[in-house]
Amino acid sequence: MKLKRLVSTLIPALLLLAACAPAARPPAASGLTSTELNLYAWSEYVPQQLLDDFTAKYGVKVNYDTYSSNEEMLAKLQAGASGYDLVIPSDYMVAVMLKLGLLDPLNMTQIPNFGNIDRQFADQYYDPGNKYTVPYMWGTTALAYHKTNAPFEPKSWADLWDPAFENKLVLLDDSREVPGMALQVLGFDKNSTSADELEQAKHKLVELKPNILLFNSDDPETALITGEAWAGLMWNGNAALGHAEDENIMYICPEEGCGLWFDNLSMPKGAPHPDAAMAFINFMLEPAESILITGEFPYSNPNAAALEYLKTSDPDAYAVYMGFSATNPPPEFISKTTALKDVGDATTLYDQLWTNFKGE
Amino acid sequence: MSAREASAPPHRRNAVLDRLRESRIFQGLALISPANIYLFFFMILPLAMIVVLSFQSRGSYGEVVFRFNATNYTRLLDPVYARILVYSLGVGLGTTVITMLIGYPLAYYIARSPARQRSLLLFLILVPFWTNFVIRIYAWIMILRGGGLLDSLLQWLGITQEPLGLLYTPTAVMIGMVYEFLPFMVLPLYTSLEKIENALLEAAADLGAPPWRAFLRVTLPLSVPGMIAGTILVFIPAMGMFVLPDLMGGAKTLLIGNVIRNQFLTARDWPFGAAASMILMLMTLLLTLYYTRRAGFSEDLLV
Amino acid sequence: MSEKKLPIWLRAYGLAAYLYIYVPILILMVFSFNTMKLNIRWEGFTFRWYGVLFNDQQVILATRNTLIIAALSTLVATILGTMAALALHRYRFPGYNVSETVMYIPIVIPEVIMGISLLVLFVILKFQLGLLTIILAHIAFNIPFVALVVRARLHGYDNAIDEAAMDLGANELTTFRRVTLPTIMPGVLSGALLAFTLSLDDYVITYFTAGPGSTTLPLRVFSMVRFMVTPEVNALSTIWVVAVFLVLLAGQIAQSRRT
Repeated sequence: MKLKRLVSTLIPALLLLAACAPAARPPAASGLTSTELNLYAWSEYVPQQLLDDFTAKYGVKVNYDTYSSNEEMLAKLQAGASGYDLVIPSDYMVAVMLKLGLLDPLNMTQIPNFGNIDRQFADQYYDPGNKYTVPYMWGTTALAYHKTNAPFEPKSWADLWDPAFENKLVLLDDSREVPGMALQVLGFDKNSTSADELEQAKHKLVELKPNILLFNSDDPETALITGEAWAGLMWNGNAALGHAEDENIMYICPEEGCGLWFDNLSMPKGAPHPDAAMAFINFMLEPAESILITGEFPYSNPNAAALEYLKTSDPDAYAVYMGFSATNPPPEFISKTTALKDVGDATTLYDQLWTNFKGE
Repeated sequence: MSAREASAPPHRRNAVLDRLRESRIFQGLALISPANIYLFFFMILPLAMIVVLSFQSRGSYGEVVFRFNATNYTRLLDPVYARILVYSLGVGLGTTVITMLIGYPLAYYIARSPARQRSLLLFLILVPFWTNFVIRIYAWIMILRGGGLLDSLLQWLGITQEPLGLLYTPTAVMIGMVYEFLPFMVLPLYTSLEKIENALLEAAADLGAPPWRAFLRVTLPLSVPGMIAGTILVFIPAMGMFVLPDLMGGAKTLLIGNVIRNQFLTARDWPFGAAASMILMLMTLLLTLYYTRRAGFSEDLLV
Repeated sequence: MSEKKLPIWLRAYGLAAYLYIYVPILILMVFSFNTMKLNIRWEGFTFRWYGVLFNDQQVILATRNTLIIAALSTLVATILGTMAALALHRYRFPGYNVSETVMYIPIVIPEVIMGISLLVLFVILKFQLGLLTIILAHIAFNIPFVALVVRARLHGYDNAIDEAAMDLGANELTTFRRVTLPTIMPGVLSGALLAFTLSLDDYVITYFTAGPGSTTLPLRVFSMVRFMVTPEVNALSTIWVVAVFLVLLAGQIAQSRRT
């Protein structure tokens, strides 16, 4: 029978495939006892070149496993999964993980390159003194719009409620960012825990519903590029991608304010290869390596030395980086940013808001 | 029984094998035990933990506070959850009905094709599903989006002037859901249809029944087990789906799958998520058992 | 079923149905050659992404893992599931109702629940997460799918044939091998095919039961989506489909050469 033959040819093929060894063993180590590093991070966030350079220098094989949200990573670590040496949580997630006792302190004496970080990005609220984290990339969450497609150039979040934007908005599918936007329009704090303020925010959002074409946290810029949407709420990386594709895509911090985020390298509790983890952090802070990240992914780099390096090594790329608000927000932009903070028990309130808003 | 024993070759009489031969109960248990034992460890046990979890509470940072209470279940009585459930049921039902309508003729076509071709045709239905789920949906998004491939084609043919605006609507969600679940309906339908013997249909013809009548009175009833299996395989997962509806519908509505996922991720309220899952599971389990029993799936076929 | 010529409308329908199934696949294959990195619209032709694919160690590792997991879990699940289907179809035994209910649970359980509960189980048992834990999880959710499909096939199966074979002197094993199994084989293979397909594309349960270095294709692709899905993934899917078709073609040729 045909299927039988198919199966009998597939099985040896599969066994052959299984027998294929993975990539070749790296060369001899340099001072480390570990030979492997288990990196658990966002996908498309750590350049392969950087990993290869690290392996070449230290002889440590890097296993790069990926997650697609902070919460997924947290869920796994919370349930007790172990074996990871490095994770890259966002600012608010660091605060949560510290409260839950999921992170081990870093050995900063093994990370002399920490000095390369721009001082304004060190010593943040979630980790005073940088005992547990080293900033990896940072960015903003703000308003992106298409200059020529949009009926007018929005200057505030409130502008998005204008009927001219009917069915033309793309928003992040985020139960903190979207209500946060409504809270700011109403003049409240983005991290409000007041049930009353949240209720008002919910009503404000329901008013916005006719204007919303879609919620998308993966590639919101696509809708702007194709012209299906004319404006929206998204992260700077998305806006930068959109702008690179279509120069008419602009990115501004509205009057009411916008968001700020940091992603950080940290070490989960019980990491099996702490020495390799420290070596990796230090290595990744070297200007030539750090700038590889910026080269591949359009986020903002907190490494001042790396940016200096870019100025001379690739002036054109430097100009592009410096020239757009998504990668290099001007001071007036940054002055209006607010970072998202974990809201503790009020998290349930936000979830209710979101459920009721979408479920209506 | 004794006839079989008498005609059994006189090789070494193993006591266990004898017991096996004699007792139908023993045979049945022997066959079901491996699956049962496996599922006990990797399904029942973990599930028991979830049941326990559903009666606990969320701490301030999303940790679990062990304090037995049923608040999670009373919270689910809020009408918004009923609305979400009904909507999810609608999606599941719609998907099931449409895949049944589209899938039945397809399964019939394959079952009536020459024997040599059947496995090939069946295989061909599944091969596309060995590509990645997300990529398939992205292909559909490319087709259905405003100004996308479908619009370009229709405008080039002069059939339409404006973009259809299909993407991010319930219609797009249905198109995607039916696409994803078609094999799950066709496969069981095919296995049921394929074993309907020629002799039955020929007998019907000999008795003067026109083809449509033979279909209604012979083929259709005999394919009911396949329809049941197909319904279960489509309705239940479809009801819990949220990735596809989010991607193709623009994530503008919440389905029960979204609610549960949110509890384990953004809301970090595992106990509540556990409770919601319990309710969902109980409902679908009861539905499934009722449906299959009534349709005689488990009828006693002992000779 | 009848071997008579199929009516024209049925053949046309079959063709239309297969078109519906394959058009998106063809599109995704064509777009694997797109020069545009964001892959939103067609901009030009290039083989570049195939080059990227062959150098992507992560993806190659993930593909290898995915295939191993799918093959092994399908094998075990098919055996256990078929046995269970036979048991439920033919026999009555104490605990029948419970067994039947248990068989349905993996189908009705939300994936997040199954994933997290298995993760917690493995942690408590101090099982290191990796390929093995993923395989164990996949077997668990595949068993009922196989059982369900085989049961649909068994329904109405006349046990008298088996009895006749045994009266003629065959023992249980021979009867099963030469009489029962060939008849239910289409059901078993359908079930196996279904299980394999489910395993290939599983994300949620795999996510929670995977460990360092045991990434699978769905895990890789799903997290790539968070940033951008480049034509590289299309290239991977294209290779899959083409490879399977080549195997099918080889099978067809071998078949016709035999007859």
